Amino acid sequence: MCGIVGLFLKDKSLEPQLGAMLTDMLITMTDRGPDSAGIAVYGAGAGGRTKMTVQSAQAEQDFATLAEDLSAALGVQVTQRVVDTHAVLDLPADRAEDARAALTDLRPGLRVMSDGERIEIFKEVGLPKDVASRFSLSAMQGSHGIGHTRMATESAVTTQGAHPFSTGADQCLVHNGSLSNHNSLRRKLRAAGMRIESQNDTEVGAAYLSWRMREGATLGKALESSIDDLDGFFTFVVGTKDGFGVVRDPIACKPAVMAETDQYVAFGSEYRALVNLPGIDAARVWEPEPATVYFWSH
Amino acid sequence: MQTIDLATQPLRELNATLQAQAEQTNATQWEVHNPRGAHAIAVGLDAPIDVTVRGSTGYYCGGMNKQATIHVTGSAGPGVAENMMSGTVVIDGDASQYAGATGRGGLLVIKGNASSRCGISMKGIDIVVQGNIGHMSAFMGQAGNLVVCGDAGDALGDSLYEARLFVRGSVKSLGADCIEKEMRPEHLEILRDLLARAGIDAKPEEFRRYGSARKLYNFDIDNAAAY
Repeated sequence: MCGIVGLFLKDKSLEPQLGAMLTDMLITMTDRGPDSAGIAVYGAGAGGRTKMTVQSAQAEQDFATLAEDLSAALGVQVTQRVVDTHAVLDLPADRAEDARAALTDLRPGLRVMSDGERIEIFKEVGLPKDVASRFSLSAMQGSHGIGHTRMATESAVTTQGAHPFSTGADQCLVHNGSLSNHNSLRRKLRAAGMRIESQNDTEVGAAYLSWRMREGATLGKALESSIDDLDGFFTFVVGTKDGFGVVRDPIACKPAVMAETDQYVAFGSEYRALVNLPGIDAARVWEPEPATVYFWSH
Repeated sequence: MQTIDLATQPLRELNATLQAQAEQTNATQWEVHNPRGAHAIAVGLDAPIDVTVRGSTGYYCGGMNKQATIHVTGSAGPGVAENMMSGTVVIDGDASQYAGATGRGGLLVIKGNASSRCGISMKGIDIVVQGNIGHMSAFMGQAGNLVVCGDAGDALGDSLYEARLFVRGSVKSLGADCIEKEMRPEHLEILRDLLARAGIDAKPEEFRRYGSARKLYNFDIDNAAAY
């Protein structure tokens, strides 16, 4: 199964409430995915800087002097903000790849969840309400965000298997469904130089989109070609620095409901996830068509 | 009028109460408030009562219905009126996938659009959709009527048995073994009656009829190796 929620704000005055709204939506989707939960939030960013979200199973130990150690290794100022098992490192954008390499040496147990000017990803194993509370998701602010509740099918219930997946700067993907050609595609994408770290099918979907965009496709074009190149069932919701997109496979058996008002565009695996949004009774509510790409950007 | 508010009363209590209504109950009018997309609202009813759900429902609203008239003023999630036996279910808004699936009797009316797999494996239910329907509708439909006032998506009536399909608008594509058939007076009569019962103002003459070519489901000795 799995549950997806997504919120793209048009009305800036709602931005301080993004986390609270998404958290409520996420917890409503608990019975579609009680194994793990995660959220990608697009908050404030500074040009020329990258936010790198990392996760550790030994957070206290790994994060104690992480910023100092990384600053020393890179020879630049790195700051960090610890959020439970995750830490958000702030560093110069042009040093992101160096930082990844340095982290492999400095903290081999660390996992990079995402990097980009605005994106932060927080995900863990556990009930959505517990995950939300560990990361204080409801206090987060931003212009758009995507959340996922997981009921695992294709790979183990681990932090690494939880969604969202990020395989490119400021990009992320969540998925309801299962891909059947992910093994062959993983090999091809790795050969093309894409970084894929888990055995999870969704990460391959994310890397596929990142690869298409790296090759020059817009997100819309990348999503369109995913309909031809990905085999299996999927409802995808993707995030980029300033946008939010949705696509379903042609069979479209994985549920999806969307709502739009002057203030926001919202996505839910079920209508239940949307019922507490402001003005939902007057919103345009519809089911996204199969094999059709929907995209909004600021 | 009896009112049940799902904001304060549990769903199980709603269904237990409605299911407990006897054939001769005096409490024939019910209203359900704050459905908020909940699953399995008003399922398994078996009494001639009227239930109005004020809002939108989640999965399987009105499933297995017998005798009751269920009216949803919003939209319905997947599997509305699934396996209905008799009675009527009316959705004012849209219905999600597999509306009326496997239904054996009764009337399902959708005033908006229905998405994919509407009437899949229908076995006697009548379904009238005022808007459009999605792909793979009436897949393996065995009996009953599916009336679509708008357009039908891909693969309409794939692997169809004896369900009758009537479409006023375009059909994106027909599924395997589904063909257009002649509209005879008896079909116009069936259609007229269904449209009238659904409260939809449309002329039966504007519809086309589709049905099974009967090539796929009859055993053919020449194809023995393929079975």
